[in-house]
Amino acid sequence: MSSTPLTKNIVDQVRPTGFTRYEERGGYSAVRDTIGKVDPDAVLEIIKDANLRGRGGAGFPTGMKWSFVPKPNGQGHRYLVANADEMEPGTFKDRLLMEQDPHQLIEGMILSAYTITADTGYIFIRGEYHLAISRLREAIMQAEAAGYLGNHIQGSEFSFRLHVHVSAGRYICGEETALLNSLEGKRATPRTKPPFPQVSGLWGRPTIVNNVETLCNITHIVTYGAAWFRALGRGSDGGTKLFGASGRVKRPGCWELPMGTPIREIIEDCAGGMADGYQLKGFLPGGASTDFLTKDHLDVPMEYETIMQAGSRMGTGTMIILDDRACPIGMIANLEKFFARESCGFCTPCREGLPWVQQVLDKIDSGNGVMGDLDILERQGNFIGAIGNTHCAHAPGAMEPLVSGLKYFRDDFIEHIEQKTCRYSTNKGMR
Amino acid sequence: MPTIFVDGKPIEAKDGANLLETLLGEGINVPYFCWHPAMGSIGACRQCAVVGYANEEDTRGRIVMSCMTPVMEGARFSVDEEKASSFRESVIENLMLNHPHDCPVCEEGGECHLQDMTVMVGHRDRHYEGLKTTYRNQYLGPFIGHEMNRCITCYRCVRYYQDYAGGDDLNAFGSRDRVFFGRAEPGVLENEFSGNLIEVCPTGVFTDKTFSKHYTRKWDLQSAPTVCQGCSVGCNTYTAERYGEIRRVHNRYNNEVNGYFLCDRGRFGAQHVNSVNRIPRAGVRNKDGLYDAVKLDDAIEKSRLIIKSSRSILGIGSPTASLEANEALRQLVGEANYCNGMTDAEREMNQVMLEVLASDLHSPTIAEIETYDAIIIVGEDLTNHAPRLALSIRQAVRQRATELAKESGIALWHDAAVRELAQHEKSPLIILSPMADRLDDVASDIKRLAPDDIVKTVTQISLANDKPEAGWCREISDLLINARRPLIISGTSLASPNLLKAASNLALSISKQNANTGIFLCASQSNSIGTSLLENEHSTEAMLATNPETIIVLENDLCHRFGPDILENIDKRIMLTALDNDTASKADILLPAASFAEAEGTFINSEGRAQRSMAVFKSKGDITPSYQLLGMLSGEPKHASTLQTDLASAHEVFSSIVNCSPDENFRILGNKAARMTHRSSGRTAMNANISVREPRQPEDAESALAFSMEGNQQQAPASLRAYTWSPGWNSNQSIHKFQAGIGGPDKSAVSRTALFQQKASLTPYELVPENLSTVVGQHHIFGSDPVSNEATELASLVPAPYARINSATAASLSLVNRGGVKCGDLQMTVLIDSQVADGCLVYPLIPATNMITGASLSDFVAIDDWHPVDDARQASIITSDGEN
Repeated sequence: MSSTPLTKNIVDQVRPTGFTRYEERGGYSAVRDTIGKVDPDAVLEIIKDANLRGRGGAGFPTGMKWSFVPKPNGQGHRYLVANADEMEPGTFKDRLLMEQDPHQLIEGMILSAYTITADTGYIFIRGEYHLAISRLREAIMQAEAAGYLGNHIQGSEFSFRLHVHVSAGRYICGEETALLNSLEGKRATPRTKPPFPQVSGLWGRPTIVNNVETLCNITHIVTYGAAWFRALGRGSDGGTKLFGASGRVKRPGCWELPMGTPIREIIEDCAGGMADGYQLKGFLPGGASTDFLTKDHLDVPMEYETIMQAGSRMGTGTMIILDDRACPIGMIANLEKFFARESCGFCTPCREGLPWVQQVLDKIDSGNGVMGDLDILERQGNFIGAIGNTHCAHAPGAMEPLVSGLKYFRDDFIEHIEQKTCRYSTNKGMR
Repeated sequence: MPTIFVDGKPIEAKDGANLLETLLGEGINVPYFCWHPAMGSIGACRQCAVVGYANEEDTRGRIVMSCMTPVMEGARFSVDEEKASSFRESVIENLMLNHPHDCPVCEEGGECHLQDMTVMVGHRDRHYEGLKTTYRNQYLGPFIGHEMNRCITCYRCVRYYQDYAGGDDLNAFGSRDRVFFGRAEPGVLENEFSGNLIEVCPTGVFTDKTFSKHYTRKWDLQSAPTVCQGCSVGCNTYTAERYGEIRRVHNRYNNEVNGYFLCDRGRFGAQHVNSVNRIPRAGVRNKDGLYDAVKLDDAIEKSRLIIKSSRSILGIGSPTASLEANEALRQLVGEANYCNGMTDAEREMNQVMLEVLASDLHSPTIAEIETYDAIIIVGEDLTNHAPRLALSIRQAVRQRATELAKESGIALWHDAAVRELAQHEKSPLIILSPMADRLDDVASDIKRLAPDDIVKTVTQISLANDKPEAGWCREISDLLINARRPLIISGTSLASPNLLKAASNLALSISKQNANTGIFLCASQSNSIGTSLLENEHSTEAMLATNPETIIVLENDLCHRFGPDILENIDKRIMLTALDNDTASKADILLPAASFAEAEGTFINSEGRAQRSMAVFKSKGDITPSYQLLGMLSGEPKHASTLQTDLASAHEVFSSIVNCSPDENFRILGNKAARMTHRSSGRTAMNANISVREPRQPEDAESALAFSMEGNQQQAPASLRAYTWSPGWNSNQSIHKFQAGIGGPDKSAVSRTALFQQKASLTPYELVPENLSTVVGQHHIFGSDPVSNEATELASLVPAPYARINSATAASLSLVNRGGVKCGDLQMTVLIDSQVADGCLVYPLIPATNMITGASLSDFVAIDDWHPVDDARQASIITSDGEN
């Protein structure tokens, strides 16, 4: 029993864990011991009991999500989709899992599909992840050859086929319903929920979409049990999490740590603290679409509820660090440019509102702002920023760094407007 | 019926409705864009936001989209709350970032839903300083203009065009704030219902090119409620005029007929009224065979002398003329000397239709067709012959989606969710036809058969249930019997009475097992049913063969119908016609008849519904409605309403036609109903360049409508409402103010005007073999109606003559793809098409091919040296299933 179950097989960048090594280290034993031998409902109970929460950003309890899938009636397909469209800026955790240990994802998907009685699975993967794509494809062939995938797995009634679908590349494809539309060959526009994909998902059939990291956890929970998983966390959330840090830290990277690890440990111990000559000004704790936190929050444990209480979101758990020599307005403008570009164009606040925000930020950043521009940003932040105001969570997510930035870095905004210049101009940092 | 509370006020909502339609139905103004009453909700524009409260204690509430919110018992909402109104204002402000300030030169101006909504939310001050997104527009054909810069990205156009009308050549391209709605490349929009884009678009992206060429602001148009003359469906339209020209046609909502949509023949074909081929004056043929224009009174006088002195006289009516005109002719010449002007085959077909309509078989309304969950179409090309019905069929096949949605608890207005759930699942649609059908893409079963074989197959299906053996016919029979609501559709497009009889027999057979069976038979022309009801015994051919000395022809192109020699032996020919044609040029006296737009008239559509079309404008000069010309000939002129009363008292079946609209004595608070808008101030000055004196407006002695803006509009009944408008609602969206509930009947709906109340039982028809030709004329929505062909833009889409044939049949005649073939004097391009039934040859029914009516396959001879005319549209549409 490892304290880092997700990364225990990962050695280094050049030697991924192949089929033989994976099996040698206990891989696929959960499939052999479970498929056809344990009732799917019993597996579901374990997952529920483990209180595994979605690792893609929203943190929705996985067991509960699965329990909404209607009981199979023997008619039509049921789908399991791995969301591997990892496009959140600053996030590179799923990539590590897929490139270095592809069988872990596949085994997790087999067990998950078994639990929800899905007969077909898709790994919807970001097109740029070509190394992961080829390794996953090879791994699927190996798993098929070994009888872990295909018809009547392990001689049971359960059949499951798994396909890798390479995304044509839009950030919005990471939204689970936009992902489904894209998988169907349609415009990658999110769908309205309800109905939820569990009821009407891919091609109108019951579907579960889970993040790669979430699915990777399944094998270990099934193998070692819910109590073990819950005990892995340092606080109320169970399990481990891949945390990351990018920006001007000494050692940017990605580490598997217990849930509830304080932010300070991640930045100072794992990432080695700030690079020489740089101070911490703020950070986005869970990727680009989460609210800024500051050095006042360094002792907050990385857990869904505690981060929420601090005013941000856990997101993907991979943080982007803003140092004292990079312009926060420049950084926010850059992020909003990204979000405006990645809007699917379906609903008004996102499609029209984000480009306006970006233009106003550019204007302030270039020293042409007026105080009234801050009112526009506030107003647009209110207009776009609440879930429910827009068709999906894209635009509210996009507003999180802006609204929190206006709160924490207001002095910088005012200085830009009053001085008509940017004092960081020699170092636009992330631009 | 859940009760909800809106700003504290209790409202009774309809079960299964969404909040937006509930609020609008209550008369509460909530702005919206992407929602459409016929297309449901998708939640794209976010304009219809209100505040929803979790419970009574909740005072903060949260923003919800009313179009995406189901009404639940006790739910609490606020429309007026500042949080909601400022959100709605922000939506408009953001939509306006990229919307150009071109209202003064935009054709939508004055009837723009975006303008209305902008005023409604109170957005006024502009804070945006950036550039506006611009696009390159596309050529979309002769009907539709494209001005993408005005787009507010509500997605209505693609949802209408693709999801509702089944088109696939208009798409959303790109993403973010650069979504482009158009074609992959410029070209003619292929869907036959493309014109509805003009009305579906809430602003000025898709505009009416036929209107643009003589554009007039909405408020300067003079309009009237009219009935489309393009086919037998009888869609309700608003026809609008200025300066004596028809400017445009818009949809006139009728929940039982056309709902919100028209076909392109109906919308763009009515400008035949402006044709240069109109007969403007009375004419008398002189010694040289040419016409002398004479005063109308002189022509009438001369005609009366002829009539008086004639030994024998024959009045020939018309299935395109109104009941009033036909009745006036019948009264003039006497019952025994009147015939309805149709061929014997047409009369026989109409007889079957009359018998079916009067029988206890259920004949659904056009809107009701959408509720049938198993449909068989036998030998009827709906899209080309009765186009609006094809649009209804496309909705009917979604019955399966409706069932699935109900099973999954998804509200039917939740459009995207229902479509995502159902995907390609459709209820059964079986098509038996000799060639590709535009509804093939939604059909579950298709059989390509020669006309005689369709009759045989239908007969086999109707007998299959009594026979033990399994097989395709038995499958179809079982499918219809086991459906919730089966519908049999046929019609006159293959000109086979046997087909209608076989379809009726099938309906009789199925209805024995399934009481919900419906049958719909499509007639050919706007008043085929009405004219046949008036008189269907007399054979026009036989009566002409008795060589009457004088004939009076009412709006009927006999040479087109019966062949060019039909009038050879007739001595004196008096003709009433609006348009010049082959028959008119054989007249001795030509009387200038009014078009539909200048005359009141009652028309009876295929479902047996009597509808009145009102005159839009006072005809110019001597042009006079036919029934008045005939009244002048008899010396006993009658009001239209008198003729209607005559009809009602003479025939029991017509007893309800007086209810179609109030007569000329009807007043609203002492006023007539106005044809012009109350903003039509320009009327008093529009001839000021000629004379500053304000001319007196013509009086309308024939109807309760006035040729003026003076009068009532808001309280006029639907049959007299010349346009829809409501304070704050200048666009066609104002129609909801006149509906009893969204999508419901008009609040002013008069008593039903369905004619057939008596329900006789029908006995199965005996079929005498017809030996129908395997040379099949195919109707074309653009081309087969000679009258709408007079509309310039529509005429540009009439196909060039072709002969479509499958490769096996072609080989037997030594024909090659894109080679030439001739039949008599007519030369055509051969198009190899695998969808043409074996042994058949298909040619277009257009004026140019009229000469080969009745030809057989052996009359077609290959031409060696042939250079096909390149017809891009024909190549892309007609032979899309071809083998070339």
